[in-house]
Amino acid sequence: MTQTRYYRTRSPEPEKEKTGGGGGTAMRVIVPLQGVVQGRGGLVLGSIIPCALFYFLQFYLKRNRDDPDDKNESNSTSQNPTIRSPSSEHLTELPGLTRSLSRALLSPRNSGPVSISARVSGIVKGGDSPYYMGLKRVKEDPYDELDNPNGVIQLGLAENKLSLDLVKDWLAENAREAILGNGKELSVSGIAPYQPFDGLMEFKVAVAGFMSQVMENAVSFNPSQMVLTAGATPAIEILSFCLADTGNAFLVPTPYYPGFDRDVKWRTGVEIIHVPCRSAENFHLSIAALDRSFNQAKKRGLKVRGVIISNPSNPVGNLLNRETLYSLLDFAREKNIHIISNEILAGSTHGNEEFVSMAEIVDQEDTDRKRVHIVYGLSKDLSLPGFRVGVIYTFNEDVLAAARKLSRFSATSAPTQRLLISMLSDTKFVRTFITTNRERLQRMYVQLVAGLEKMGIKSIKSSGGFYCWADMSGFISSYSEKGEVELWDKLLNIGKVNVTPGSCCHCIEPGWFRFCFATLTEKDIPVVMERIQKVLKPVN
Amino acid sequence: MAIEIEKPSSVRLSKVAISKTHGEDSPYFAGWKAYDENPYDEIHNQSGVIQMGLAENQVSFDLLEKYLEEHHEVSSWGKGAPGFRENALFQDYHGLKSFRQAMANFMEQIRGGKAKFDPDRIVLTAGATAANELLTFILADPGDVLLVPTPYYPGFDRDLRWRTGVKIVPIHCNSSNNFQITPEALEAAYQSAESMDLKVRGVLITNPSNPLGSTIQSSVLNDILDFAVHKNIHLVSDEIYSGSTFSPSEFVSIAEILRNRNYKDAERVHIVYSLSKDLGLPGFRVGTIYSYNDDVVTTARRMSSFTLISSQTQHLLACMLSNHEFTQNYIKTNRERLNKRYDMIIQGLKKAGIECLKGNAGLFCWMNLSPLLNEPTRQGELELWNIILNQVKLNISPGSSCHCSEPGWFRVCFANMSEQTLRVALQRIHKFMEQRKVCSVNQ
Repeated sequence: MTQTRYYRTRSPEPEKEKTGGGGGTAMRVIVPLQGVVQGRGGLVLGSIIPCALFYFLQFYLKRNRDDPDDKNESNSTSQNPTIRSPSSEHLTELPGLTRSLSRALLSPRNSGPVSISARVSGIVKGGDSPYYMGLKRVKEDPYDELDNPNGVIQLGLAENKLSLDLVKDWLAENAREAILGNGKELSVSGIAPYQPFDGLMEFKVAVAGFMSQVMENAVSFNPSQMVLTAGATPAIEILSFCLADTGNAFLVPTPYYPGFDRDVKWRTGVEIIHVPCRSAENFHLSIAALDRSFNQAKKRGLKVRGVIISNPSNPVGNLLNRETLYSLLDFAREKNIHIISNEILAGSTHGNEEFVSMAEIVDQEDTDRKRVHIVYGLSKDLSLPGFRVGVIYTFNEDVLAAARKLSRFSATSAPTQRLLISMLSDTKFVRTFITTNRERLQRMYVQLVAGLEKMGIKSIKSSGGFYCWADMSGFISSYSEKGEVELWDKLLNIGKVNVTPGSCCHCIEPGWFRFCFATLTEKDIPVVMERIQKVLKPVN
Repeated sequence: MAIEIEKPSSVRLSKVAISKTHGEDSPYFAGWKAYDENPYDEIHNQSGVIQMGLAENQVSFDLLEKYLEEHHEVSSWGKGAPGFRENALFQDYHGLKSFRQAMANFMEQIRGGKAKFDPDRIVLTAGATAANELLTFILADPGDVLLVPTPYYPGFDRDLRWRTGVKIVPIHCNSSNNFQITPEALEAAYQSAESMDLKVRGVLITNPSNPLGSTIQSSVLNDILDFAVHKNIHLVSDEIYSGSTFSPSEFVSIAEILRNRNYKDAERVHIVYSLSKDLGLPGFRVGTIYSYNDDVVTTARRMSSFTLISSQTQHLLACMLSNHEFTQNYIKTNRERLNKRYDMIIQGLKKAGIECLKGNAGLFCWMNLSPLLNEPTRQGELELWNIILNQVKLNISPGSSCHCSEPGWFRVCFANMSEQTLRVALQRIHKFMEQRKVCSVNQ
């Protein structure tokens, strides 16, 4: 998934006045002033003087107003702040004066600056959640063993750097051939022209093969049932558009990946209903909880169209077992709803637990395939989030048809597809990569968990993903979101360690944190532990 | 009446999924199907359908190939692959700075330096299709209206309306003044929307125009901007064909108009661009939104998470477009070749007795076959289109799918084939026109 801008969306505010003061306020000043002056100088003076005063006030305000700072928007590498819009640099008239005069002349429609849509105007102001703020801090002051030993260590990004060297080596030897060479001569006509928006068939075949390998060949994937998209982010959004209408809802077990709020809800107008999972059950999905949430939604008049599960899950990292998957399918059948199974981390499992794909479940159950849709991608398992490769895999012909057409808005790039066809078809490389990657993940996971345990921080046993889900409720000042965010803040600003607080993932129990380990090296672990230790003060 | 047997209730899809707003059932797309089933090939299928309905630019592939051959490190990071790690992990929605810089420079070069572009105002999307949809999401709410001059690119019906729920109200243009947009037509469209109780949020123009193949004059651009200011609405200028103007001096960008006005009223203007047409790289999926409005830039950037350009592609293109020698040569040569093709097709059609709108840009010409219609209606046009598709075996686009208010006009693409194939197509047209003359003489 793309690193998310987790922001709390506010209710949209239509037609927001942006100039200082605003036309309405201006009138409230001018009219009484007119009255005052009219006593002596008549209507003309009565209008000119307050307008002139207003003009100078606007001028003064404009001079001293802060620029909207766009520094807040970046999510990894550093960027320059936005320059002021050229219109404000070259103004010869001031908006305040022009508008208060023109308002008298033109129709009421010309009211203030041109507005953007209500559906996004809330978003413009957002972007201050811990998740995103932490990423910003790391970017401003990134830890480096030699060059910046006091910088912030990143444990807030679910990225995997552990096995990139393997991919890099493969590319160094094979890339050029892979992109342009078709065995004969250099040709751009293979990659330049319009391609099917849902991906080259050759690439689908390669990805289907990769998915199978990643899932230990327990199931085979049919390339004709795939739609490729520019990352898993649009894959989720497209499914949301296809399976639900504006105002409908999906049930999503919490804690969940913060990006779902954007992917599922933003442009679609679809709601998410939280289905809380609890530590008592190791945050495993409970069908009873699903049922309760479904019924509550029904009472509220909300139409539930499906359930979205992540397996392996983010942020907890647990796997859904076979039994649960069967029960889930039964539940979906009973309510006649869809299941979206986000399996983007299927290849990043470590440890001994068995991963079971939803595809395997419906393979054996002939009926009901039409309600199951799988999301996958190469961002996690192959460490290539930049290349933008996502997959919608569905057994439903109608969803396939609609998703294919919608993929034109989020299509994968042809040269990237060509490159990856070669890489994924190199099954020997893929086998080595998957095995080595799993070993490295396991090693880091064990060390991180052991280090936390020594400080009295327990975590949920995780079998997949790049993180561990740790219980720090014993260290927060008050058992609440506020207490949790305070600890997060201390860890970030005193300990110089960026982790993700559970509230960002809508966890119902305060005090849980996600620690990502796949952006670290083994040498970093003791440093991380030392810094956390510095911050902790147990609450009695 | 048959008894309805109740099927077990199948799980439902959304309205968006089952809607026909994607428009793919129209003749515009049906012609493509006929082509897919029987595609012309110079050697293997000389009686097949020639595709003249796809606005793709294949005339300058060799220039691209030459560049890539001489600079193969750009597609593979070279020996040891330095920078690969960062690139593989790079999914920042700001996009690679070097790529945005290169795009800004390229856009400036196309406009002969008459406009300046700030790389920090460039938002990257996977294609102009995504850019147009994204802007629509940002500028309008469901049920609102965008005014679009006719005839327009058939894909707009899908791109601007499907998922966004926004409506299009046409600004009617006609042949009496070469289909130019007039202030009266703008006002009429606006009133039309008002009378339906709909809120107009913006005007979307394509300059150079698709399907007309001509640039919009500076005075008209000023009129449109004045109109947008007066109504306090947005102006989106899709300049995807800006590099495909045959003579560089004939294209005036809205960016120049703004510069001349000292950027007054700029915050309502947004430009869409892409490398799909000018650089002939639609497969790469590269589009941009350039906005003078800070809020739109911020929001578009965030929304671009749904449609990011592959970092590998950004890297490749950043290198290529930063090569000044390459871009200068490409832009110039591409223009010359397109011009040559255009002349070729216009002459060929003229010889066959067919007139076209005077064009100066794009990958197509706007052909007038109204004298051939049985009846001056949409039906008449489709009948003629059918004959041309199935007998003459040419897939051209009927004006009705572009919402043209006058029947009988067709868009004919000329850059997506070799010169030889174009000659074959012109021969077929010539023969067809000859046969019709014979038929009418004999009647």
